[in-house]
Amino acid sequence: MNLGDALSRLPGFSHAVLVVPDERGYPLSVATSFRVVDGTVEVTPASTGPSAVRDTVEARLVVSHIRPYPGVGYDQRRYIELSGTLSVGGSAWRFNPQGARGWDEQDLSFPELCQRALPQARRYLANLSTERGRPVTPQMSAGWRFFLATRLPFLTATIVPVFLGLAAAAYDRHFSLGLAALTLAGAMAVHLGLNVANDIFDTLSGVDAANLTPTKFSGGSRVLQYGLVSLRQMMALAAVFYAVAIVIGLVLVGISGLGLLWLGVAGVLISYFYTAPPLRLVHRGLGELCVALGFGPIMVLGAYFVQTGHYALRPLILSIPVAILVMLILYANEVPDRFADAKTGKRTLVVRMQPAAVIRGYVGAVAVAYLVVIAGVVFGVLPWPTLISLLTIPLAYQTWKGLSAHYDSPYQLMSYLGKNVNLHLLTGLLLVFGVLLGILVRR
Amino acid sequence: MALFASSLYHEGVTSAIVVAGMPEAVVELLNKALVGELTVIDRKGHLRTDPLIPFWDGRYILMTSSILFSRKLEDIKRNPRVSLSLSDPVGIPAQPFSRATIQGDARVIDDDLHRGWYRLLPLWEAKEPIIKTFLKPMQKLGLPLFWERAVIEILPQRVLWWPDGDTTRDPQVTDIREAAA
Repeated sequence: MNLGDALSRLPGFSHAVLVVPDERGYPLSVATSFRVVDGTVEVTPASTGPSAVRDTVEARLVVSHIRPYPGVGYDQRRYIELSGTLSVGGSAWRFNPQGARGWDEQDLSFPELCQRALPQARRYLANLSTERGRPVTPQMSAGWRFFLATRLPFLTATIVPVFLGLAAAAYDRHFSLGLAALTLAGAMAVHLGLNVANDIFDTLSGVDAANLTPTKFSGGSRVLQYGLVSLRQMMALAAVFYAVAIVIGLVLVGISGLGLLWLGVAGVLISYFYTAPPLRLVHRGLGELCVALGFGPIMVLGAYFVQTGHYALRPLILSIPVAILVMLILYANEVPDRFADAKTGKRTLVVRMQPAAVIRGYVGAVAVAYLVVIAGVVFGVLPWPTLISLLTIPLAYQTWKGLSAHYDSPYQLMSYLGKNVNLHLLTGLLLVFGVLLGILVRR
Repeated sequence: MALFASSLYHEGVTSAIVVAGMPEAVVELLNKALVGELTVIDRKGHLRTDPLIPFWDGRYILMTSSILFSRKLEDIKRNPRVSLSLSDPVGIPAQPFSRATIQGDARVIDDDLHRGWYRLLPLWEAKEPIIKTFLKPMQKLGLPLFWERAVIEILPQRVLWWPDGDTTRDPQVTDIREAAA
């Protein structure tokens, strides 16, 4: 906070606390009234008993405000600390401010303030570790660390396309529960490997550290930034997930045929090189395309192939709406991340485009997702009950409105990013339901 | 003078030793205050003030600070002399309103950053009921380092109290150690 800004805000406070050192070596603080006059502050003389306030070059003038919120706590937190010199004597003491610091939660949200304070927390833990001769780290149970590090809730992005591929196979009279379970396990392993690898490479490239407005939908898991998990542990975790995915993939290739191999290889490569050098696909504006391919056609067709041993048009068409909607999860999540991404050279689509174009892009993509379903039914490729997926149009509308209204407010945007995730999940599940209903209708 | 611990005293907080000498009106302020201004002395000898919620357990003024905002903790470890101002008529809904400044010696308790401060929770929750909601595991995941916290324990040495909040008048001054003796 600069001094001019701080002084301009002072009249908004009811009183100030004047702080000076006393003769015993303690800070001495006393409330007083004040007024700003030509860049200095006139302070009403205050009585502090035996420790009288004297002229000093080491004075502070502090203003602070909260609004009590009965039954909850308080809000509207703001404070300013001015440092400067104090001359006492006469009917008004003169405080000559030379510096200012402070915080107003209306200007800087509390979560962002916390993100900015991460280096101080790390410093404190490092000093404490030195003091105690053993590492002092933040505590969190292994289960929650795993939950956070893997971003487990985002597995819906995998579950939906796999279920869709399985439903399409069932529609074509092929279904093995064992193969379905193995397919789901393999796909989830690739996804979790991707999530962890993404954190590793975004940490190494500085993207996550530069992001001061992470939300639960964006900015990575931050387990590395918080010191909850070490880089080595994350690398081991990613390696385990990719190893599991590769082994399961090879087993499925052995069972279903070589036709699956190329799809699996493409899936693993896209997943890994999404943020990993040298390709770093997401840095080249290809993140959306990669996510759409990986969580759309690759997973839907892969799940379908495992069950049937061949590819077909129906699962491909079914994969397009979920591919678009999963791409839009990433696309919308990039909105709050755009400044940090731009700073570190991560040239996502949202970084490259103007806000209005980003919003138009969102609307256009959602429209295409629904149009594909309608066209699929019209041309007889999709069973007509899949039209039930159009029920999520109001959710898409709400997300669009929220995205437009809160484009520049990361934390207000958060609930709409949640709706966007639900849009993909619900539309995908309704498509699955529609295909399964199609089996009954056909009979 | 307060001969008994405050009504907010909780047996899990700390010892039940009651400090004679802390003016009852100041105890009332401490029990009601949603904010107080804590001043510490930094490594260069400069003063540094931050707003914090004060609690009173009958002997000590207690506060808790996240490691995210731990400069004050480092400063107190180097120089324990602090001052707390209770000055805000809005942030301290005490009736009748008065003002106080408490000078004292502070200690940082950070041997268990994760759970050590939980002993303050009953006092904290009494002033900020929503805090318990934020402590649910899913909520804590959002800002995990905010919940790694130290306790600041201040042993009052001198109390200045302005009965009607008018600091242009002389305060009543209580030297706690002398009063206790």
